[in-house]
Amino acid sequence: MSETVLALENVTAGYGQTHVLRELSLSISRGERLAVIGRNGAGKTTMLATIMGLTRLHSGRITLAGTDISRHSPHRRSMLGLGLVPQTRDIFPSLTVEENLTVVMRGDASLEEAYALFPRLKERRRNGGTQLSGGEQQMLSIARTLMTEPGIVLLDEPLEGLAPVICEQLMHAFEQLAADGRRTVMLVEQHASAALAFATRAVVITNGTIVYDGSATALRQQPELLERHIGVGRTTN
Amino acid sequence: MSVQEIPLTTIRTRIRGVPLMPEAVMLALAVIAYFLFPYDLALLTRIMVMMLFVLSLDLVLGYAGIATLGHAALYGTGAYAAGLFAVHVSADPVTGLVVGAAAGAALALVSGLLLMRAHGLTLLMLSIAVTLICQEIANKARDLTGGADGLRGIRMEPVLGLFKFDFVGRTGFWYALAVLCVCYAVLKVVTLSPIGLSVRGIKDSAARMVAIGSPVYRRLVTIYTIGGAVAGVAGALAAQVTQLVSLEVYAFNLSAEALIMLILGGAGRLHGAIIGTLIFMVVHHIAASVDPFNWLFIIGALVLGIVFFVPAGMLGIPAALRNLTGRNGDARP
Repeated sequence: MSETVLALENVTAGYGQTHVLRELSLSISRGERLAVIGRNGAGKTTMLATIMGLTRLHSGRITLAGTDISRHSPHRRSMLGLGLVPQTRDIFPSLTVEENLTVVMRGDASLEEAYALFPRLKERRRNGGTQLSGGEQQMLSIARTLMTEPGIVLLDEPLEGLAPVICEQLMHAFEQLAADGRRTVMLVEQHASAALAFATRAVVITNGTIVYDGSATALRQQPELLERHIGVGRTTN
Repeated sequence: MSVQEIPLTTIRTRIRGVPLMPEAVMLALAVIAYFLFPYDLALLTRIMVMMLFVLSLDLVLGYAGIATLGHAALYGTGAYAAGLFAVHVSADPVTGLVVGAAAGAALALVSGLLLMRAHGLTLLMLSIAVTLICQEIANKARDLTGGADGLRGIRMEPVLGLFKFDFVGRTGFWYALAVLCVCYAVLKVVTLSPIGLSVRGIKDSAARMVAIGSPVYRRLVTIYTIGGAVAGVAGALAAQVTQLVSLEVYAFNLSAEALIMLILGGAGRLHGAIIGTLIFMVVHHIAASVDPFNWLFIIGALVLGIVFFVPAGMLGIPAALRNLTGRNGDARP
């Protein structure tokens, strides 16, 4: 049995007094590729934010490699190997591409590794962060997270609003990230077909609880299940 | 090819290609000013002290986005520390600067632990409160600080045991210029270092920096402490060259004027702080000698003009002119 690297146990969390996640439990093994899908407002982004410590945890606990990180600050969680690529990309406008990367660089991370994954960034390294196209900004956001050397990469809707050709490039990059089980990748995505093609395991969230947890391939092959849970099964597959 | 045949853009590129070109120009201007204005060395020295103070504010506000109106607290504490050190312990100027830096940094660290948890108006109010507390302590500790009469009896030894402080202010000028250059170089390194980039990211968006795992609070306290050390050096330098420390070092006006100087030059760039201070101090000096009662009108008009027409400060004027004439030379994709 593979080692559990991240576990959420009966997690209830949200913003202020609001509960978005309700008694949610999930465990992820080292090197796993997990797709998290669900309708808008289901709680996917909140789950990633809760793992990173950016929301209010009302009850339950989160463990990382057996260590309880429920009360850890986002910074400490990042130091322990969690890396979030936020939905909003969050490029720093006053910094160049290279500065956006070096601003969080730690350990053995190198710019060359980031540029090898996204050669476009090397061409644009002297440009301001906001002078990039949407796809390039997303590449920068992903590369920046990799500079913190995360063991677990949390990708929050990275394909949103991007052209198909860019989506393909990004999916190829995700494959490289997860190659040989080097990193655990949790991909939250509205594009169910792309996410399920990448992942080995899928989780469907509805109203802050998990309603499906199983093989990604099996979910792809059951469009009626996808349609029932997120209403996109027959159109996207 | 003659100079006239070289296109303007080529010349600009060549100038930009020279490392530390703006700094070299500023240093050359300071040396020229020494020879052009031999009877105004005290004013020139005061301008350099203020430049140092505004540089520290630039690090804190311009780079890190820490809104403060109490920067005088750090300056004043450095001034009193250096003054008291000179009176009671040692009159060596360089050691006095170190003491001033340590005092400014210590106050910044202690107050920063509280201040950096606040934002917006709360932060502004708290920063003013810290200054008022310091001022009141200096006022009440009359036996030690001289209270409202100021700390007197400061007599400095020669700089490095070689250069005596003279009445005309030659030593003071070169001493202040040397300290300014050293601090500028240190700040240049800090702003280009990972922590410098980090605080610029925090200024852009603290929430983003938290999300990608940066210790925002710790970074802000660190940069505030570094800023405090530089402000402390400025205060110590002022105490040493004027040989007097009064309660005015904690005046609200000092913090407010430093902010105006920074806005005039352009916050977030070190040479913006230098240019803004120079313009403010020179305009202040000339306007006050022409009309001692209404000089503030001129400063006010200058600030209004800059804020409305060139929000990026004096350093933003070339870009504003390029935009106005539609000749923006930025290489954009």
